[in-house]
This record gives sequence, structure tokens and C-alpha cells, in this order.
Amino acid sequence: MILGYALTFMFACIGLAFALNIWRLFTAPTLTDRIVTLDTMTINAIALVVLYGIRAGTGLYLEAAVLLALTGFLGTVAYCKFLLRGSIIE
Amino acid sequence: MTLALIAALPFLGALLPGLMIRAGRDACAALTGSVTLLALCLLALQAPTVLAGGIVQTRIDWLPALGLNATFFLDGLGLLFAGLILGIGLLIILYARFYLAKSDPMGQFYSYLMLFQGAMVGIVLSDNILLLLIFWELTSLSSFLLIGYWKHLPEGRQGARMALAVTGGGGLAMIAGMLILGNIAGSYDLTVILTQKEAIQASPWYLPALILILLGAFTKSAQFPFHFWLPHAMAAPTPVSAYLHSATMVKAGLFLMARLWPVLAGTPEWFWIVSTAGLVTMVMAAKIAFFKDDLKALLAFSTVSHLGLITMLLGFGTRAAATVAVFHIINHATFKAALFMTAGIVDHEAHTRDIKRLGGLRTLMPITFGIALLASLSMAGIPPLNGFLSKELMLEEAAHTTWITPWAMGVLATIAALFSVAYSFRFLAHGFLGPVRDDYPHTPHDPGPGLWGAPAFLVVLVVVIGLFPMASAAWLVNAAASAVTGETVAVKITHWHGLQAVALWMSVAAVGGGLMMLGAFGPLRAIWDATPRPEAKRIFDGIIEPLAALARSLTYALHNSSLSRAIAVAVLAIAGAGLWAFTGGGHVPGTRALMPVEPLVAVVWAVMLAAALAVPFLHRVRVVALVFVGVVGLLLVPFFVLMSAPDLALTQLSVEVVTILLMLLALNFLPKTTPEESPAPRRLFDAGVAGIAGAGIGWLAWEMLTRQAAFPPISHFHLAQSKPGAGGTNVVNTILVDFRGYDTFGEIIVLGIAALAIYALSENLLRSPAVTRRLAETRPEREAGDRHPMMLVVSTRLLLPMAMMVGVYIYLRGHNMPGGGFVAGLVFAIAYLMQYMASGYVWSHSRQRFDHHVLIGWGVLIATLSGAGAWAFGLPFLTSGFEYVHLWPLEEFELATAAIFDLGVFLCVLGAVLLALASLSRLAQRTGEVVNTRAYDTEAPQETR
Repeated sequence: MILGYALTFMFACIGLAFALNIWRLFTAPTLTDRIVTLDTMTINAIALVVLYGIRAGTGLYLEAAVLLALTGFLGTVAYCKFLLRGSIIE
Repeated sequence: MTLALIAALPFLGALLPGLMIRAGRDACAALTGSVTLLALCLLALQAPTVLAGGIVQTRIDWLPALGLNATFFLDGLGLLFAGLILGIGLLIILYARFYLAKSDPMGQFYSYLMLFQGAMVGIVLSDNILLLLIFWELTSLSSFLLIGYWKHLPEGRQGARMALAVTGGGGLAMIAGMLILGNIAGSYDLTVILTQKEAIQASPWYLPALILILLGAFTKSAQFPFHFWLPHAMAAPTPVSAYLHSATMVKAGLFLMARLWPVLAGTPEWFWIVSTAGLVTMVMAAKIAFFKDDLKALLAFSTVSHLGLITMLLGFGTRAAATVAVFHIINHATFKAALFMTAGIVDHEAHTRDIKRLGGLRTLMPITFGIALLASLSMAGIPPLNGFLSKELMLEEAAHTTWITPWAMGVLATIAALFSVAYSFRFLAHGFLGPVRDDYPHTPHDPGPGLWGAPAFLVVLVVVIGLFPMASAAWLVNAAASAVTGETVAVKITHWHGLQAVALWMSVAAVGGGLMMLGAFGPLRAIWDATPRPEAKRIFDGIIEPLAALARSLTYALHNSSLSRAIAVAVLAIAGAGLWAFTGGGHVPGTRALMPVEPLVAVVWAVMLAAALAVPFLHRVRVVALVFVGVVGLLLVPFFVLMSAPDLALTQLSVEVVTILLMLLALNFLPKTTPEESPAPRRLFDAGVAGIAGAGIGWLAWEMLTRQAAFPPISHFHLAQSKPGAGGTNVVNTILVDFRGYDTFGEIIVLGIAALAIYALSENLLRSPAVTRRLAETRPEREAGDRHPMMLVVSTRLLLPMAMMVGVYIYLRGHNMPGGGFVAGLVFAIAYLMQYMASGYVWSHSRQRFDHHVLIGWGVLIATLSGAGAWAFGLPFLTSGFEYVHLWPLEEFELATAAIFDLGVFLCVLGAVLLALASLSRLAQRTGEVVNTRAYDTEAPQETR
């Protein structure tokens, strides 16, 4: 019962977060802001996947969330290195 | 199996000359000849069965569902032709060894010749007509290569093109005809078709099938009005002319008519079409041959004429005429091949084959003259040589056949025989007799036995068959004619039919008239030169040129090397076809109940859509476009999770990050922005095309998803069989490694090849001095921050074992839970990539004790071995097995061979990704950068490379 309300509230929050993310993605002044936005979106996506898992009552989606965290980190690092150094593998 | 082997041997032999030419020309020719000899011996072993009236068959099922099987059969007709092809082929190989000049690439010649031989043997041994058609096309292609063998001669190239266009076009018509025939008979096997005479001749499709098949046969056998390509094919080296254009390939059309004689012949349509074409060809070509100055052109038209003679005999549709046709096939092959080789010898020795520059060769080249004398007397039909025997029989048949009027056929046949005598004697008289001249381009003399051996052997046959026809040839004629007619034939060949035989008087008239014509050659030639004649090549070019121009303009309009044009054409064509199908298909909207759309899903969908739509507007700054593409890829992951596809989610996100890394590596070498290349209206049009493509696919997906499939989907089988059949509860994984393991096996090989290709391409780039110089001059634009920040290095090193553990975990549970070798390979690759990025390529690479290539190799090898292991148990490739094991103190677990296969997938994916990224990042190391050998080189770099 309470879980249902909590989930609904969380879904609303995440939806709002995504909407703000895309707004920022379009209005961002620099590439750095866009990279940060993409990283934030990854965090939101992780939350969303975990919430779906909670709603479905299964642990099956957890791996996807873990892997998402790993690849999100790597992606952000790669964008940053590209921005700073040009070559991401020096 | 022997028949399949006989047909395969020349093809296998075609590989040898190219290699053996390194061992010298003699070794090359000897080896090529020995392959043909082996095939001939194998054929001879089958001969007793066939001559006893039996049929030898070989059947290899290939695609039985399509009626396409590799079936071969050998009867009398096949034996005759296969013997001719292999026997004369052997002589030609000997002859060509001494004929070809030092500068001619002999290995290539023999390879082409063997390809042709294999295709020819294939035609005459095929039982399946689809297989026959394949061999038929192969003869067109290989003869194209042979005619154009002297690539530096324009006549050779043009002749080859013309031959290919005519015979290839006829072949296409024949495919249609054969398919109709197979449809009527209900089988594509000749042995079955040949028993269906009544059904075929009663069918309303009989006439179309007949015309289409005859188009193929007439073009191949140079029958009027398709005869014009054969003289132009004489630009080929003489061994080719002797082999293809007198003894074998041009007889393929005759073979086909003889082969299908039992079911197609005997109707008025057959009689009128075939015998008329044959008669016209015979008379017309004999007349042209008489006036030709080029020895080979004379022989070429005489060949056309004799082919017409045989066609006409087959067209009569009577058993006796068909028997004569078979007999004449043997005789013509012997004397005509010998004559061509003689013409080749004259050309080889005197450096010309223009009859006006020759004459008097009798004393200079006595051996060659002897061969030419006997062979051309046989061609003229002078007793007692073999040409006389079959010509006499032919005249007898023609005299008793009614064509328009009872006598027309006999008169025209006599006229043709008269011309035949005339050109045969002209060949002799103007080429060899007369006084010795002193203005030959090169003083001729007899060549060595290597060149005259082959024609001499054939002339011995001419004489032996001529003198003792019953002992030497009747058995073969009987066997072949029985196969053609389907009834037992016992032929009786004699020289003397008595004074009352009309053929005797026709012969006498022909010889007398022919000699008189030769005597009046001068005035006749003047008349001939004065009469206008259609020039076949000009007409042909007149037809082909506009067609080629049309094709060219159409091609350039659709495909002007502009990618956007080509894609636009393809997209619009596909969309148009889809629309046409849709409007004509009677569309009913799908009836499936739609899922409710949650507000959050709608929001995420809108975000994704916005990001996707942003890409075309923002794509000029490339890295920003990449960020938006990354957003779309990222948001796809929760969608997959929502739709209960965790496997896809895992795969999607690991592929996504690897793609982004690859793109960033490549972007480093590309301009940061894309310039505007086309005007605004053009871009608007392109946007419209892209919109049509996207909307079309979206609509199609919508239509598919909102309805039940027309057939029960296969997914129920997979869901039901996943556990009992493959021992795993993860259906996605069991499909990948078990049910459709063969697909996966192919895919990992493709993946490995793609990675190797990337490696090879970048390696090639780095070899080029210009590229390395440019790379060395390229300086990264932004030089901020540390090369290898300590924070990053430490954190990624800590992450390495954890990431690997995740990878192992995902691999191990893959069979029953989301995961598997593919995702595990990507996770491992990501773990390594982090080290590359953090600590630098050289530092990380020097600490890897394995090679990326080897990983790919092991992956494919392990997958292959796990699949091949099933053979040990007598099961098909890639059959998987599984067993439940209980090992204290662990819980019961499952061991499956599919896991070994999955290990192969894992290794292959890991190796391929690492190799691709390493190849790209190696380019970056040439950009004049300094490379570190120690970790955290925050201070000045130590070493330069």
C-alpha cells in the first residue's frame, strides 16, 4: 500500500527529473554542461531500472542497474578526456 | 560417385596449371593432360555398362525441397559427348603446349580450358536440368574468357563480348524454357522428363517451352539467325577455336536438341522450326565459307554449315535421320578439329592465314599437307573417308523429306553439299597447291610432332572410320542413337548403296558442281564482292549500343556515386513498393488490445523523441550530436527493462558505451564540425526522404505489433523447450547458444573477421609514409589537464577485479538468468578499456600477456570444438548436452556443453572489441605524442617513441 504510493511519487520525481534533464541538454551553454547532464540522466536511468525492479518484485533488473552505473561512469570519463585531451586513450 | 568425380575432375584440374606453371611449361601441360586423361579413363570404365544398354547414375541430394539435386547419368549420348570432350580436350592440351607463344601466360590458358572442359562434361552428364543450366552458363562464361584470352587484341575482346551476349542471352531464354518443361513434367530430372512425351506435347505450354529452349540451343550452336557470333569468336587462339568452336561447345546446342529429342521432336512445330533453321544455316553458311579468305573464317562458316546440317537432321524427327545426325557429330568433330589445327599450324609457321598470301605449301609442309588433304577431302564428302559416309546418308534422308514441296529439301541439300565441296577444295587448292611463292611473311616448314601429332591422330580416325565404319564407329553410333531415340538402333553403314540410290547422284552432282565453281572462282568472287550483304557485327553493335547507352544513363541517374542520392533512390523505391503492397493488400487494422501508457513512460518517450529529433538539427557540432545519440541509447535501457527484456537491456548498454568510445576515438581525427554542403531546398528534400523512411518503419512496426501473426509464432516452441530441450531457463540465451547456435557461430566468425579487417586497415594506413607524416604533424587541439590523472588510475585499478567478477558472474548465470557470453565479453572489454583510458595504451598493453588476435582465434576454435564434440556421439554439429551435477559442498548445478560454446562467444567478443579499439588508438599514438612507460606520469614524459 505505502509502497505503491512511494513508487508513484518516485516515478513522478524521475519523470520531472528527465524533463528537466532534456531542458538542460538543449539550453546548456557548454559541452561540459551537456556531459554533466548526460551523467545525471544515467543516474536517473539507474533509479528508474531499480524502481521497475521493486515494482515487479524481482531482483532480475539489478544487474542492468549495476552495469549501467559502470558504463555511465566510463562514458562520462571518456567524454571528459575527449574534451580535455582530444585523445581518450593516450 | 564416379560420374560426379568425372565432372568434378576438370574443375579440380583447373586449379593446378596456375601452380604448376612455376615448374615449367612441360610440367604444366603434362599435369593438366593427366587430369583429363584420368577423367577419360574413369569414363572408359563406365563404357561397358552403357554399351550394354545400361544407364549409370549418381545422385547427391542438394536442395531436395527445390528439386535441385546434383544428379548425374550416363547413357549412350552422354558417353559419346563426354568421350569427345575429354578425348579432343586431351589432344588440344598437347597441341596448345606447342602452339602458345613464350609470351602467352600458359597457366591461365590451361586453367580456363579446364574450367570449360568441366562445364562441358557437366552439361552432358547432368541428369537434373537445373544443374545442366548452371553448367550451360558456365560454358558461356569460360568461353568468354577463352575467346578474350589475347586481351591485347580488340577483336578478341569484342568477339568475346559478342559471344557472351548471344549465348548468354540464349541461355537466359533456355532457363525459362527448362523451368516450363520441368513444370509440365513434374520433375527436374531428365530421366523422368524423357518419359513424359505425351504430357509435354499435349500441354498448351509446349510451344513456348520449345521456342525458349530452341533459342538457347540455336544461339549456342550458331544457327541462323544467331550464327554471326561464331566467326567473330575466331579471334581466339586456334586451340580454342578447334576445341570450343568446332568440336565441343557449339555442339552443346545439338546435344540439347538430341537429349530432348524423345519428348520435343515429332511434332509439326519441331519439324518446321528446327529443320528450317538447320537448312537455312547449312546453305547460307556454306555459301559464305566459299568466299572467305581467312582460313579460320572459312572453317568457321563451314562449321556453322555443318552444325546446320546436324540440326536439320534432328529436325526431321525420324529415327533414321537422328541416327545420321549422331554419326555426323562424330565425323565432323574428327575432321574439323584436325582442319582447325592445320590452319593453326599454317598460321604458326607462315605467320598468316590469309588464303591469298598462301599457296604452294604442299612441298614446304608435306606432313601438314597430308593431314589437310585427308581432312578436307572428308569434309568435301569424298569416298571412302568418313565425311562421305554421313553426307551420303544425309542426302538420302533429305531427298525423302517433304519440305514445302517434295523436292525442295533434296535440291537445297545438294546445293549445300556443292558449296561444301567447293570450299573444301578451295582450302586445299588455294592454300596448299600451286607454285611455291617467295613472299610469305615467314618461310613455312613443317613443325615438330608436338603440333602435328594431335591432328594426325584425328586424321587416322577419319580414315579408319571411313574404311571400316561398322567395326570402328557403329557401336558408338548405336549406343548414342538408341539414347537419342529411346529405341534400340542397329545402324548399317556402307559405302555403296547401289546405282538406284538417289544420294549417289546428288553426291556426283555436288562434287562436279563444286569443282566447276572452284574453277570459276574469279568471276564468282567479283559477283560476290559486288552484291551488298548485311554486316552482322554492325547490326549487332547497332542493337547493343543503344541498349548499353540506355543502361548507362539509367545507372548514372540512379547511382552517380553520391551516397545521399543512392540512399534516397533506395528509400523511395522501397517505400513506394510498400505503399503499393499496402494499397493492394486489403488492409485490416490490428485487433490486439493496447497496453496502457503510464505517465512516466510517456515522459521518457517524449524525452527520447526530443533527443532523437535534436540530432539532425545539432549534428554540425559532432560531439554534441554524439551526446544526444547517447541519450537515446541510454533511455532505451529502461524501456527494455519495462518490456521484461533484461538481456536486451544488458546488451544494449554495453554495446552503447563501446560504440561511444569508438566514436570518440574516431572523432579525434575528424573535423569537429560538419560544413554545410548542400543548399536548403536539397536539405529539405533529404529531410522528407528521411521522414518517409522513419515513418514507414514506425508504421510497419505498429502494424506488426497490433495484430496476431498470421502463422503461429515459433516463440512458443522456444519457451516450452528451453528447459527440457536445452537445459536452461533463460530462453534468450538458449536460443543463442543452442536452438540457433549455428547462427551465433556464424556471427562470432563475422565479428572476428570484422575486427581483423579493422586491424588490417589501420595497419595499412600506418604503413603509408604519407599518413604517418600527417599523423605526426597533427597536434591535439586541447592540451589541458593531466594525461593520466592519479585519481582515475587508482579508481579504475580498483574497479578492474570487480568489473571482471561481474563479467564472470554474468557469464556463469547466463544459461538460466539474464546474461551470457556476449554481455560478459563486453563487460570484460569495458574493464580493460578503463585501464587503457586511465593508464595509457602502452603501459596497459605491455602488461597484457595475451594477444587480441589469439583471443579471437581461441574463441572461434572453442566454439567449433564444442560443436564438433557432438560428432563423437554421432549427433549433428552443435548438438548440445547438459547434465546436473551434485558436488559437495555446493548445491546441485548444471554442466552444459552450451556453456563451452558460450565461452567461445565470450572470447571472440572480447578479442574483437579490444582489437578494434586498440587499432584505432594506435593511430593516436602516431600523432607525435610521447608515450609513457610508467603509470601516473603527471610530470614530464620520460620516453619518446
